[in-house]
Amino acid sequence: MLTKRIVACLDVRDGKLAKSVKFVDTRDIGDPLERASLYYQDGLDELVFYDITASSDRRNIMIDVVEAVAARTFIPFSVGGGIRSVEDATKLRLAGAEKVNVNSAAVQDPELIQRISQAIGAQSTILSMDILRVEACEGTPSGYEIVIDGGRTRTGRDALAWAKQGEALGAGELVVNSIDADGTRDGYEIALTRMIAEAVGVPVIASGGAGKPEHLYAVLTEGKADAALVASMVHFGDYKVSELKRYLADRGLPIRMCW
Amino acid sequence: MLTIVDYNAGNLRSVQRACAAVGLTSDFTSDPESVARADRIIFPGVGHAKTAMDTLVARGLDQALHAALGRGTPILGICVGAQLVLDGSDEGPTVGLGWVPGQTRRFTPREHHIKVPHMGWNTVHVERPHPLLEGVQNEHAFYFVHSYYLDPADDRHVFATSDYDGTFCCALGRDNLFATQFHPEKSGRLGLALLERFARWEGTSC
Repeated sequence: MLTKRIVACLDVRDGKLAKSVKFVDTRDIGDPLERASLYYQDGLDELVFYDITASSDRRNIMIDVVEAVAARTFIPFSVGGGIRSVEDATKLRLAGAEKVNVNSAAVQDPELIQRISQAIGAQSTILSMDILRVEACEGTPSGYEIVIDGGRTRTGRDALAWAKQGEALGAGELVVNSIDADGTRDGYEIALTRMIAEAVGVPVIASGGAGKPEHLYAVLTEGKADAALVASMVHFGDYKVSELKRYLADRGLPIRMCW
Repeated sequence: MLTIVDYNAGNLRSVQRACAAVGLTSDFTSDPESVARADRIIFPGVGHAKTAMDTLVARGLDQALHAALGRGTPILGICVGAQLVLDGSDEGPTVGLGWVPGQTRRFTPREHHIKVPHMGWNTVHVERPHPLLEGVQNEHAFYFVHSYYLDPADDRHVFATSDYDGTFCCALGRDNLFATQFHPEKSGRLGLALLERFARWEGTSC
């Protein structure tokens, strides 16, 4: 039986692990490689690294991080942040990333998804979406709007329409990140996750708001997500990955328990 | 020494790194003679089956692999590498190497909630014992990412199955060939253990 995945997200700034609260006030909380190894040994199913390094000349640090992670963890991992071209995507793939995440650059140039998907395959092309709850109106009938640049810029683009378009352009997986829930640790935005998961034929990773094991259970059942992304709740030591998996398995979800 | 067949189909370095993690040295090659002479071959692959097969043929690697199979060289196919050992694939479509009778087919979900690609960790059921599957239990999950699945004509070649909108073959083999739809190099400790067993395997089914 296909299991539900627990995905840990590591925001990497200048080669260090950072954690943001509502996309502002980021602070460094350690070495990404050390964390990745720790989570891998504790049964994590997948890793995501977001490069939040401000300047592009430091991007090579990220390649070094990716190579080091690939030599020490043997589970799939993806990399996002600042991917603007097929060349960026290919470099990260070669360095050892299983998949790449595109976000803002794809909103500005939707065909970027298609080009990357053709070069490295749909299964390796993830569309990450930062989504803000808004009043449903003509431009955003779903009541959710895509925002970019780490949540700072509104785009007027409807989140549901963008998810479907992303799939049609060749994204093999979607990350649904709620800006409203991000960093709150009050739970995922279930209605949003479910709306998108039911509308597309590719797997959905729910992101933003995880604080308690119950939140993961809710988004993987009611929210119809294929995978749940966690950050603060494991980074700050409140929960171990293995504890989360045990909790979900005990509640009857298909979870990989042998590693 | 493991020889990893390089034919522009996927991330060979992931396979090499996984081998290195369990102390196995490996080399890439796209040279048919090196493949034909190799002691032990990993035949990986990610991506489009027809593109992969066309590249194999263009480089003369199909003939080299035939020669190696005939010599009794242990061969491990992974993902698209596993798909290409069948007669053909619907992806393209393309002919395959024809080592095992059968076809690679696309998942066509009967139910709406079944997503394609089949992506993630799925449990594997051993259908018949094989040295490479030693110790694999029903609750053991391996990492899959694919839109097409293996459909061997003869159950004799099916060593393990998995469930996704029905049962499908996830490991097949004959003689000195073994092939998995899942990715041992991305399947944590259990996957690394399979690579270790492959490095010790003499190329017989039981």
